[in-house]
Amino acid sequence: MSVKNIIIVGVGGQGTLLASRIMGNAFIEKGYDVKVSEVHGMSQRGGSVVTYVRYGDKVYSPLIDKGEADIIIAFEQLEAARWLPYLKPDGILISSTQKIDPMPVIMGKAEYPENILEDIRAKGVKVIEVDALKLAEEAGSAKSTNVVLLGVAAHFLGFDKETWKRIVCSTVPKKTVEINEKAFELGYAAK
Amino acid sequence: MKSLMLGNEAVARGLYEAGVTVVSSYPGTPSTEITEYATQYDEIYTEWAPNEKVAFEVAFGAATGGARSFCAMKHVGLNVAADPLYTASYIGVNGGMVCAVADDPGMHSSQNEQDSRHHAMASKTPMLEPSDSAECLEYTKLAFELSEKFDVPFLLRLSTRISHGRSLVELSPREEHPVKEYKKDVMKNVMMPAMARLRHVEVEKRNEAIRVWAETSGINRVEYNDTSIGVICAGSTYQYAREALGERASYFKLGMVYPLPVDSLKEFAGKVDKLYVVEELDDIIETHCKKHGINVIGKEIFPVCGEFSQSIVRQEILGEKLSGVEYDKPVPPRPPVLCAGCPHRGLFVALRNLKLYVSGDIGCYTLGAQAPLAMMDTCVCMGASVSGLHGFNVARGSEQAKKSVAVVGDSTFIHSGITGLINIAYNKGISTVIVLDNSITGMTGHQNNPANGLTIKGDPTVSVNLEALAKAVGINRVVVVDPFDIEGTRKAVEAELASEEPSLIIARRPCALLKTVKHNPAMVVDTEKCTGCKSCLKAGCPAISVRGEANKGRGNAIIDPNQCVGCEICAKLCAFGAIGFREGK
Repeated sequence: MSVKNIIIVGVGGQGTLLASRIMGNAFIEKGYDVKVSEVHGMSQRGGSVVTYVRYGDKVYSPLIDKGEADIIIAFEQLEAARWLPYLKPDGILISSTQKIDPMPVIMGKAEYPENILEDIRAKGVKVIEVDALKLAEEAGSAKSTNVVLLGVAAHFLGFDKETWKRIVCSTVPKKTVEINEKAFELGYAAK
Repeated sequence: MKSLMLGNEAVARGLYEAGVTVVSSYPGTPSTEITEYATQYDEIYTEWAPNEKVAFEVAFGAATGGARSFCAMKHVGLNVAADPLYTASYIGVNGGMVCAVADDPGMHSSQNEQDSRHHAMASKTPMLEPSDSAECLEYTKLAFELSEKFDVPFLLRLSTRISHGRSLVELSPREEHPVKEYKKDVMKNVMMPAMARLRHVEVEKRNEAIRVWAETSGINRVEYNDTSIGVICAGSTYQYAREALGERASYFKLGMVYPLPVDSLKEFAGKVDKLYVVEELDDIIETHCKKHGINVIGKEIFPVCGEFSQSIVRQEILGEKLSGVEYDKPVPPRPPVLCAGCPHRGLFVALRNLKLYVSGDIGCYTLGAQAPLAMMDTCVCMGASVSGLHGFNVARGSEQAKKSVAVVGDSTFIHSGITGLINIAYNKGISTVIVLDNSITGMTGHQNNPANGLTIKGDPTVSVNLEALAKAVGINRVVVVDPFDIEGTRKAVEAELASEEPSLIIARRPCALLKTVKHNPAMVVDTEKCTGCKSCLKAGCPAISVRGEANKGRGNAIIDPNQCVGCEICAKLCAFGAIGFREGK
């Protein structure tokens, strides 16, 4: 299989790394070559964060570049806009409707753009939006936003729901299995 | 069975499989996780050292003592450890020794973009460079074999994308390497001029032997495809080139980046039409090729600055460019910020109206340099805040010393701030140094350190008593403040600045992200009292913003209950008493 490219973007602290770890575990179980690229350190402190997940028969680069992503999973709307140039013209954007003001916006030095997801859809991009934070809270913890979004993305990642659920449950910390299972179900149903 | 491992995790696995027994490191992004993962193996003794020089010397001492030993650091950490490195190269090893150094092209989390291959060349220390997690494991093990075979510590060069990339790794069992016999050997281990002159000759012979070995050993791999394009690459640039060019090019993939081969490169050059060197940062391979008459194209087309990717290779060699979907409106940047509830925020808020020169340092608190706190004048390297402040004050006189402070974290202070403080006391300076003691090494992801009373495994141990330490080196004025007590902190700083003696102020409160820290409930805004004046925003807290059309369009403050941990700093900035806890809590 040719290589598929998934970019996960969000704000440091939103749990993007766990989502990529779950995906990585799922793809190796299915026998694919996998590369996941993470950024640790300074940018984690509330900055814009990105994780690349690539899988297929043979993966070389750990990075995904502009115009190469099949799917972007955005945990926050402004990050969806920031990373949009990385999406293939026929790619899919899955975005949480959550908005988190960056410091320049908080300080009134910059404006948070209006209608981000509508504007992106108007460009012909397939956009799937979901209030992931609300669903995560419904599942029992705002921290399960990542698994809600993974539940949405599961429709586009090639294998069945039960497999995903099993891998989610075996990857997340033991104490959070129940919440994350519910978060996955809510995300899966939201698509 | 294959596992998906972080490059750093695979290096740690390599340490385990290679029979390593001693690891000493200082944390530094992107190298930190190697030592954290190594700690999970009971067979390996691991420790956090106070700095990279100590870590290197501990590992080197262990190698002298006959153990297979290791240390890890980030690129700038190797500058700190450069002193032992350069002479360790002369002495060589008893048990094998490897030092991993992780570069950060693109500066995701660093103060400069130096290329650690220069240290390999300058110290004449051989260096391997893996290109994925499988090679991280394989090269780590190989480096120990080669270290013992050629009698020299080996460097293992990593970079952000290799250290923090996950890819598949095949695991093997551990091979035990019992501690070797130690024999006193003054001619080899005591580097006085007479001995060192002899050892230098051996170093040159040894490196030539390593080069000859590398020509044919398979550590450098050639892949012939279409020979109209040839590419010389190493580490992550092999992956970028392979991704961009596929079978349209042939590859000379270097596994050993110092010493570089000559004969095999010449042979490859003779078989391809057009030869490129794809290397991130400096033109080290390119210069080597040109010195040996190999005609290559390198930095004429590729940048010296920043991180590479497949699209740079695709564009510069093939002239092809992919485009994605453009978003038309300006997207505001999202720089990293101090977390909600961060104790450093309290200190910076306390300092903000004092119009101070703030000599800064390396850590989470460096984020206080950015607006709206904007509380830092300099940031150079670990420990430079303390020594740099002394220099600034000596140059500008004692009146300046009453308007300037250094800010340095607990771990950074132990790393190399203490020597600067000794310098201030010894040379009769009057500078005021503030240690931001949050009981953890924060920015690198929460490592214990000598000042927090816990070992790398989390076991209780002695902790450096910062107050007693300062007094012992001759600082008589030592004050401890709580940075959340903004008024008290400000008064203490003013008092210490006014004094004619040097002072150490310890702003002590643990990192808000520590699991042991109990938080208050989120704060709420009383919209009746809020005037939309935005004073609260001066805290630079990611949990508070001002929105809406109330107050004649100025809006109201809003606190994000998912982020707020009730530190009350914004409440202290509010002149209208509009921010408080929900009643009954």
